[in-house]
Formats: sequence, structure tokens, C-alpha cells
Amino acid sequence: MPSDASPGLRLSITNLQVSFGERPVVRIAEFGLAEAEIVGLAGDSGSGKSMTTLAVLGLAHTVGARVSGSIRLDGTELTGLSQRELREVRGRRIAAIFQSPAMAFSPVFQVGSVVHRALRLHGMSKAEATGAAARAMRQVLLSPALLDRYPSQLSGGQLQRVAIALAVALRAEVLLADEPTSALDVTVQAEVLELLRELRDREGMSVLFISHDLAVVAELCDRVAIMQDGRIVEQGPTGQVVTAPASPYTAELLAAVPRLQAGTGP
Amino acid sequence: MTQPPAGDGADGTPLLEVTDLAVRFGPVRAVDGVSLRLAAGPFGLGLVGESGSGKSTIGRAVLRLVAVAGGHIRFEGKDVAALRGPALKQYRRAAQIVFQDPDNSLDPRMRVGASVAEPLNAHRIVGRRSAAGRARELLAEVGLDPEFAGRYPHQLSGGQRQRVAIARALSVEPRLLVLDEPTSALDVKAQARILALIARLRADRSLAYLLITHNLGIVSELCERTAVLYLGRVVESGATSELLSAPAHPYTQALRSAVPEIDAAARPARVVLPGDPPDASSPPPGCVFHPRCPLAVDRCKTEVPRLRAAAPGRLVACHRAEEVLAASARGTLDPGRDGQPQGTG
Repeated sequence: MPSDASPGLRLSITNLQVSFGERPVVRIAEFGLAEAEIVGLAGDSGSGKSMTTLAVLGLAHTVGARVSGSIRLDGTELTGLSQRELREVRGRRIAAIFQSPAMAFSPVFQVGSVVHRALRLHGMSKAEATGAAARAMRQVLLSPALLDRYPSQLSGGQLQRVAIALAVALRAEVLLADEPTSALDVTVQAEVLELLRELRDREGMSVLFISHDLAVVAELCDRVAIMQDGRIVEQGPTGQVVTAPASPYTAELLAAVPRLQAGTGP
Repeated sequence: MTQPPAGDGADGTPLLEVTDLAVRFGPVRAVDGVSLRLAAGPFGLGLVGESGSGKSTIGRAVLRLVAVAGGHIRFEGKDVAALRGPALKQYRRAAQIVFQDPDNSLDPRMRVGASVAEPLNAHRIVGRRSAAGRARELLAEVGLDPEFAGRYPHQLSGGQRQRVAIARALSVEPRLLVLDEPTSALDVKAQARILALIARLRADRSLAYLLITHNLGIVSELCERTAVLYLGRVVESGATSELLSAPAHPYTQALRSAVPEIDAAARPARVVLPGDPPDASSPPPGCVFHPRCPLAVDRCKTEVPRLRAAAPGRLVACHRAEEVLAASARGTLDPGRDGQPQGTG
């Protein structure tokens, strides 16, 4: 099997270990994302998917976890960086969206002011930030006028798009998407998936898509890694993994997906 | 004018009959003329639609949790709105609800056993002393270790908490359950286990239920019939397998095509709906779906489509239902799949 974490990767993880005290919760030998590639990280609750996201963002310590091993972004080692240096990377070069977009915004600020503030923090002038925010909103197929609204005045799908727009405005190279559609209607989910595909194709964005739902992964991802108990038990091209799973755990996850036409009915 | 009911058309008195139901929140017509019929259990009716379609409001109206602005809800032939005193208490026992998020329906400071026993005490079904034992039996029935009775909700996983919520609903031996997005907060493996539990309970207890969901994917194994809702109205209803294999309303087609599928060959062409559902306080004229409908013609902008039979057992509110039905029957009917050919009649 060819090495997935070869030097050509945009984001590459080698011998990553995330532990709480003596207890390792993530142990990944090799994993990575190429440019313009959507890679799925799939597994149950508690399999270590979200801890992996936190480690890549340099935020694992905030929940009391310790990280060892290597996480490289375009060749730059991230694990040794200071928090100040990491702030340059996090948010700007590596953006993240989460299951509940409402939590990414403050209910008392218009969403535009949150976006604007983030863009200013990453070095844009006021005028640049205003222009970049409006352009990014159009790219995610939203009217820039929605930036004047409060989170409660937007739907979940619209808010998730605004969160993605922020990543677009910062020209993030890597987007970490942690269950970004699990809280959305299926129709809205389909639209967000389509948007992620467009960003891959048009912007060359690399997306790490974290999900418990292999059907969503099968629709979206170029490659997939299956995680169980903190380890990657299987990885490869999505079509191959979902049609001929090598691990019994993958087969279990596949069997859990509801079938639209089970045929028999109740 | 009363619309024909979606759901079971069996002879005799249905368990639940909703006629021309209307619910308003200020200017918002959350439910606007919905008729449904639910046979006695074991029977499942799926209510499917996006956020804002009115599906949860219908479930709450059935349980008298929201005020009704028009229409009737009859349970075993009796008008639910007219129930008072002991008759109302009887109804509260006969009809129970399971919510999406067990975190909000279980008291975090109450041990699981006490939560399950609470309705038993409230309805004086068993003595206070035997309630604890009954609670343990109920936990076992939903597949939990009876020892969980001594734990607090936060010590359980999301799937386990949902089982507790189901055990609590079952404690008063209801004949009707409203399952409001019971698996939307769970991961797929936990979801599959809860769906299997519902399938087992419906057989063991002859349960009838309304299964409310935004995901057409989960109604196929649990619901004989399904009603698709859009902006407070039923746009299509019919036998679930037929409705899934050959939708007759363009909105059902869009919902169907949005369900992610593992098998690339099974994915129908995506029907993308432009825009968001319109504001329910000022619905568009004509067919409420027309601004987003890929098939809308001039007639759709002015003339409200009545819910009518487009095929035996199938009700559709669309001027072009026959064309949609013919096209989707051609497009997605594949007798080879699962070795289970599915007809449309």
C-alpha cells in the first residue's frame, strides 16, 4: 500500500499521539491531505476523530491533552510552534467549521462583525476586510446583506455557509470540517456538500471531513480513513473502502446506514 | 374544503384521525389544513419535511401541547380538544412523545430509574414501592442494563439516554407514540440500534406511531405510510415503499435525491432546490412550492393544487403529478435492486 503521508502532501500527520495523562486517545501512524483533496475521517463517537481535529488546530492542550509526533503543513512542523506562531496558522491557513455553526458566532453580534473582526485579526485593513467578506459571501452563494443579520435571524444552513465564507475570505489552504452537516436538514446538507466540492475544485482547498455517516463520506470524499478507538483501521480511495471494506469495523459502520429501499418495509 | 387524509385508509375507526388541522403562531400558518389517519398498531406513519414544514407542530398538536386554530383531532373517535378531567388524563396516558434530544427531556438531577418511574406514580399505575421494580423491567425492555436505574443521565451515552426516554414514554402503556426526530442527535450506529428497538417494540406492543423526521432514509423500514410536508401542508402521501421508489411530487423527488447513499449507482440525479423555503407568514400565491420548483409552469403561480389521487393509494398536491410519477418511475424503478421489485399500484 503506497504511503499516504508522502512529502507531496499539504497536511501530513506522522506518528501522532494524543493522550490524557498516560492514556492515549489517538494514535495515527500516517495520514494526510493533498492539495484539492477531500479526505474523510470516519468513525463512531469517541473514536478520536474530533481529538485529531483539535490536535491539528493546536488546541488539544485546551482540553488537557498532550500531543506528540509530527503535524506538517506544507512542510512546516506545527507541533513545536508557540501559541503565538500557531495563531498565524490557525484560522487563517487552517480553518475549521463545526457541527453547530451557532456556536461559532456570538448571539449578540451581527455575523458580519464576527467575520470582519477575524479578517482584521489576520491582518486585513478595514476596507480589505469589507471587500473580502462580501466576495466570500457571494462565493458561498449568500447575499452579502446577510452579514448585517444576527445569528438567530439566519437558518442553520446559512450560518454554516457564513462560517465557510470566513475560511474562503482568509484563503485557507486546509478546511477542517467536523460533522458540519449533522445538524442540518438533508436538503441543506446536500447544498453544503456541493459547496465543499466547489471549493475543492475552484480554490484548490483541501478538506478534512469528519463524520460518523459513511453515506455522506461516500458522496463527498476522494479518500477516507476509518478510525476506531483512536487508530486508523483502514484507509484508501472512498469507492474502494465502501464497496470492499477490509476491516469488520468499516463493515459495521456501513451496515448502520439506513437503506432507502430496503424493499420489505415494516 | 377538507382535504382527503394522508395515511391509512383502512375500514373502521382509525386510532387517530386528524382532519383539516390548522395551527397558527401569530401570522405564521405553521400547519395549514392537514388531514392524517393512523390505523391501530402495529402501524407507522412517517411525517417528513424540512425545518419549518410543520411536522413537529402536528405531533405537538396531537398531544395537545400547542393550541389548535382549526380542524379536528380524534383519538378512537373522540374529539381530543373536548377532553376534560379523567378523560383527558386517560388520553395523556394513551398518547406519548419521544423528543429529539433526550438531554432536554430527562431531568439531569434525577436518577434514570426515578425518571422512568415518575409517570407510573403520576398516573398511579403501580404502587410507589413496585414502581422502582417496574422501571427496571422497562429499562431491560429497551435493551439497557437494569442497573442503569441508579445512574444519572450524564453517565449515559446519547443513544442510551434516548432509550431511557423511550422507556419513560412506554411506562404508561401508550397506544400512540409521537417520535419526534428520535435519532437526529445520534451517530449512525446509535441511530441504527434505536430504529431496531422501535421495530421490536412496535411488534411486541402493537404500537402505532407518528415518526417525524427530515430524513426520508429512515422511514422505509418503520412506516407503512408516509406523508411529505412543505410549509405546513401535505404535498404527497402514500405507501412508503411506493413513494420512495417513485415520488409523484417534485418536492418528494428533491428530498429523495438529497439522501446520501453509499452505493453510487443507487443515487438518483440530484434535484437541487434553489433558495430557502418561503416565509410561512406570507406564503406565495398558487402552489406554495412553485418558487423553488424545477417544473413550475404558469398555472402553478396562480392556482393552488388540490391534494388528489394520482395513483391508487397516492395523494399528491401538484398540477403535474402524473408526469412526475411517470418520470420517476422510469428513472428509479430498478427491479434488480434487493431482488424486490416495487410496483406503483
